[in-house]
Amino acid sequence: MTQFTPILSLGGGLLIGLAAVALMYFWGRIAGMTAIIGGILPPFDRDWAWKATFLAGAISAPVLLQAAGQQIEYDVPVSTAALIIGGIVTGIGVTIGSGCTSGHGICGIARFSKRSIVATATFMVFGFVTVYLIRHVLGGAI
Amino acid sequence: MRYLIVYLIGALFGTGIAFSGMANPAKVLNFFDVMGPFDLSLLLVMVGALSVAIPGYALIFRKRNKPVFTGEFVLPKAKLVDAKLVGGSATFGIGWGIAGFCPGAAIPALGLGHSSAFIFVAALLVGIAIARFATRVEFFTASRQAS
Repeated sequence: MTQFTPILSLGGGLLIGLAAVALMYFWGRIAGMTAIIGGILPPFDRDWAWKATFLAGAISAPVLLQAAGQQIEYDVPVSTAALIIGGIVTGIGVTIGSGCTSGHGICGIARFSKRSIVATATFMVFGFVTVYLIRHVLGGAI
Repeated sequence: MRYLIVYLIGALFGTGIAFSGMANPAKVLNFFDVMGPFDLSLLLVMVGALSVAIPGYALIFRKRNKPVFTGEFVLPKAKLVDAKLVGGSATFGIGWGIAGFCPGAAIPALGLGHSSAFIFVAALLVGIAIARFATRVEFFTASRQAS
């Protein structure tokens, strides 16, 4: 059971949106995590420096928040095998599909890209179906 | 200076993800579990982000012909909804439903310091490498056939 957190989730969303807008305003780029992670893997693209810097910011912020005493809820209700399989499948999917929740779901929808709207609808539906199958058909087997 | 701003934008993104609950797989999986302990919170993350990003982008593209620090806005050029987009996105949805992490949430989750996030990100990188290798093999085969 997780608590419904409307204020935190809406507020967090506002900050994510603000980050996406700021990156476009200052650097002219989409805040899509798939492309940002991809940029620091070989073959390195010429954008790797800002991407590495963005990643450093994204990782260090939660470190600082926790160091400042902020509690951040975190619970992984799946097995290590599920994390590994899910990670590999996610990596393949976002690379082939050219984006994930941040790139398609926020930045793409925000500029009314038809591709991103289709991509977002697709990965959401498959997320719902996968969780339904794992939890209610397979009985939470993985 | 330019890189300090990008660092701060990344930190803003990471802070938003951390507060929103996106970096908490239990919450993500409950959002997907309509028939179980359904948690609607993550819909509000999307609503919050889009309520800023939609008018923000519109304003930027109307008022400016280039970004502050670089020469041009770089936007995806592809327009076609193709099998790669749909198949890749479906695959991502399956992975998201299995582990409860999306890439944009897993990166800030590293900063929370739990080993599970590191395991996921390592697997994510392997997945990205596999997809790149596979598509490049396909590319080489295609170009060989073409020549």
